[in-house]
Amino acid sequence: MKFTLHIWRQECSRAKGHFETYKVDNISPDCSFLEMLDILNEQLITGSTLTSHLSPSTSPIAHPVCFDNDCREGICGMCGLYINGRPHGNDDGITTCQLHMRKFHDGDDIWIEPWRAKAFPVIRDLVVDRSAFDKIIQAGGYISTTTGGVPDANTIPIPKHKADMAMDAASCIGCGACVAACKNASAMLFVGAKVSHLALLPQGKVEAADRVKKMVCKMDELGFGSCTNTYACEAECPKLIKRQNISRLNRHWIASLLGRDRNS
Amino acid sequence: MLDSKIPSGPLAEKWTNYKNSQKLVNPANKRKLDIIVVGTGLAGASAAASLGALGFNVDIFCIQDSPRRAHSIAAQGGINAAKNYQNDGDSVERLFRDTIKGGDYRSREANVYRLAEVSGTIIDQCVAQGVPFARDYGGLLDNRSFGGAQVSRTFYAKGQTGQQLLLGAYGALSREIARGTVKLHERREMMDLVIKDGKARGIIVRNLVTGDLERYAAHAVVLATGGYGNLYYLSTNAMNSNGSAAWVCHRKGAAFANPCYVQIHPTCIPVHGDYQSKLTLMSESLRNDGRIWVPKKKEDAEAVRAGKMRANDIPEEDRDYYLERRYPAFGNLVPRDVASRAAKERCDAGYGVGTGYAVYLDFADAIRRLGKDAVEQKYGNLFQMYQKITDENPYETPMMIYPAIHYTMGGLWVDYELQTTIPGLFAAGEANFSDHGANRLGASALMQGLADGYYVLPYTLQNYLADQINVGKIKTDTAEFDEAENNVRQRINRLFQIREPLTSHPSTLTSVDHFHKALGKIMWEYCGMARNTESLNKAQKLVSELEDEFWKSVFVPGTANEFNPELEKACRLEDYFELAQLVIADALHREESCGGHFRTEHQTTDGETLRDDDRFMYVAAWEYQGHGHPETMEKEPLNYEHIQIATRNYK
Repeated sequence: MKFTLHIWRQECSRAKGHFETYKVDNISPDCSFLEMLDILNEQLITGSTLTSHLSPSTSPIAHPVCFDNDCREGICGMCGLYINGRPHGNDDGITTCQLHMRKFHDGDDIWIEPWRAKAFPVIRDLVVDRSAFDKIIQAGGYISTTTGGVPDANTIPIPKHKADMAMDAASCIGCGACVAACKNASAMLFVGAKVSHLALLPQGKVEAADRVKKMVCKMDELGFGSCTNTYACEAECPKLIKRQNISRLNRHWIASLLGRDRNS
Repeated sequence: MLDSKIPSGPLAEKWTNYKNSQKLVNPANKRKLDIIVVGTGLAGASAAASLGALGFNVDIFCIQDSPRRAHSIAAQGGINAAKNYQNDGDSVERLFRDTIKGGDYRSREANVYRLAEVSGTIIDQCVAQGVPFARDYGGLLDNRSFGGAQVSRTFYAKGQTGQQLLLGAYGALSREIARGTVKLHERREMMDLVIKDGKARGIIVRNLVTGDLERYAAHAVVLATGGYGNLYYLSTNAMNSNGSAAWVCHRKGAAFANPCYVQIHPTCIPVHGDYQSKLTLMSESLRNDGRIWVPKKKEDAEAVRAGKMRANDIPEEDRDYYLERRYPAFGNLVPRDVASRAAKERCDAGYGVGTGYAVYLDFADAIRRLGKDAVEQKYGNLFQMYQKITDENPYETPMMIYPAIHYTMGGLWVDYELQTTIPGLFAAGEANFSDHGANRLGASALMQGLADGYYVLPYTLQNYLADQINVGKIKTDTAEFDEAENNVRQRINRLFQIREPLTSHPSTLTSVDHFHKALGKIMWEYCGMARNTESLNKAQKLVSELEDEFWKSVFVPGTANEFNPELEKACRLEDYFELAQLVIADALHREESCGGHFRTEHQTTDGETLRDDDRFMYVAAWEYQGHGHPETMEKEPLNYEHIQIATRNYK
């Protein structure tokens, strides 16, 4: 298969970015999207003639396109590209590394951009800084236990459906697609998932009210936008995190303002 | 002389005895002591969180943009613990025995026993942190079985156990960061270890965003940087997982133990093209319900490979469930090394499917027995992952799998306290060699990482640090730091120097990946699932030729002072060349087969590993002698006082 790639290039956070156009050819449909970018980079590094670099470039050998990636099996949350206007591209329930070229048509033009959000500044090309997510978790996205001195794991039975709901919320990989998908760059799905995961478990209830307040305040402080309930986040989440987590976040938030601890 | 520092007393009392007699640091003094932890996987995050909570000042480093992305996150199946919640006869003793046997009697008794002993508490800790383990309808924790065990002792959270355990540890770590006891340094790669007066006193890291070299000092350094499986290029490891942090410590004097013990995981999605960047694991838990087979008739296998026949066309009587046939007692749940070799044997004999290097993992029976919904509940995300990659529906047609490099049992040599041969340098998790012998059992890596971080290091580090309370703050403006930083700078400059003459002849430019792929192919072919003197000698020669070629024609674009992934890869590959030679040398010297190390000259008549306990019942700890010089080896004899040594038998 062959493709024309329009890729956002930006040297560093302070530089002005622009799109560059590249062509790749002979791509197997079984190739993953990131492997296709590996092939492009190999061509850029070796100056191979296979790539006709359409727009003028200042250096004779172009710097390879930078993009974050690590596990390449959809679990680490490191990769994240905005592909033809969709976070993680045109497939459901996957990360960019799980997108395969068979999902495209031969000869397609593909537009590749980094996550766009004030709270996620670009580091280089398609790489963004998502440390804002870590800061939200540090504000309270945990249960305060220290190592040791905990009861036996089976001391508190947890109803299976509650445990399953907590698991579903906990499966968030922190990739940032929800923020990228949102027109306001809101982080409500990310925060909602963590608030829900912990509030659904008896162990997490103790700090639930305090947690939701601290996490929401931190989210606002870091420049994430407001939620207007359009649920683009839910539609694009690679782990299919549900919007109900946002509702649960809101319920807990309101209850915490009223000084009440909600039970669920 | 290696001193493993195994405490005296009966095996079951050693750890208690150690804790009762070790030195402690009082709370006021803890505040004066600094600890560096490199790596934020299960071992690193749990160690940093626990040490921070105790009151030490911890600096923690990761190469990713967030500590939550360390490769522990990719572990799917579960974590072992001797809880005996199932009333099926499990105990600390049983988990200990299974682990020793699974490791083919090549691990240290005292370490393994301690691991089994603390395993139960890990589950308690994780539940308290909010890890959403699978539960039954009564609300209690559920278990499943893994290879090499006849009990169900594996706790799991869907197919994402590693992720959930890591998020638990990351939560604990985040809390300590918020409390100010731990300082996080993300997108930093350790480039060198700084030693002062014979003790590990700091590290040099490269800031991966700016390219700056930075200095950090401490009273002790903990390395929790994982394994070196990516030496083989195609593996189940993440792209950025690498062996360099451990390797720079080895260069500085830390002994490296049993490098040839590399685990090949039997159930991975097979290789399908040259452009492929990694192999995806399909959890071992699938072997609970999936049955592995190949066609009984060669002509059927050929027809399947040619696309003239499909798996479902082959009638039951023409299928060879070779694991159930060869190992009736353990069936599809034999340990990983055994299952991998059996798959290779069938494929080499011409019965492979797909490209010829694949076997079937079939769920038809399980779906009939349990229903599709139940199978989906248990393995849904794995099935989805498989379908996305291969474009085939595993509910309807059997999965195709083949073994791939997965884990390295070898690593930095550590004593009972997890201290390396450099005082003050500790190694935890996959980065050390200590607990798995020649083969690791499934669901034991998570157990070991968390055991080391939550329950071992917080004790043993104190025993070391108790003598450091009067040392005072370690400074970074010393000659030792200058020298280490200069060395790193020179190493990086050298990589850019080779490219200067190349740029005038663009046709000679070769990428780092090109060399890494070539190295991986050599290692897989000649030092992979089966090795012998001839293949290893060949590997030695090929690796050395490839390394020469690398230093002539590798092209690293950009500069050292910017975000430059190609430079990162080049630095790691440079270390892999040396590491490869050590893996080969270790494999050559160990003239026996054990666990993941299979020397074709040493096998039983029915193709099983043949150990030579008289000659090789020891840990091989290698010492660096300079680039291009053969390393010297010191032996740590393995004394089995408690366990009866036997031939590993899963039949």
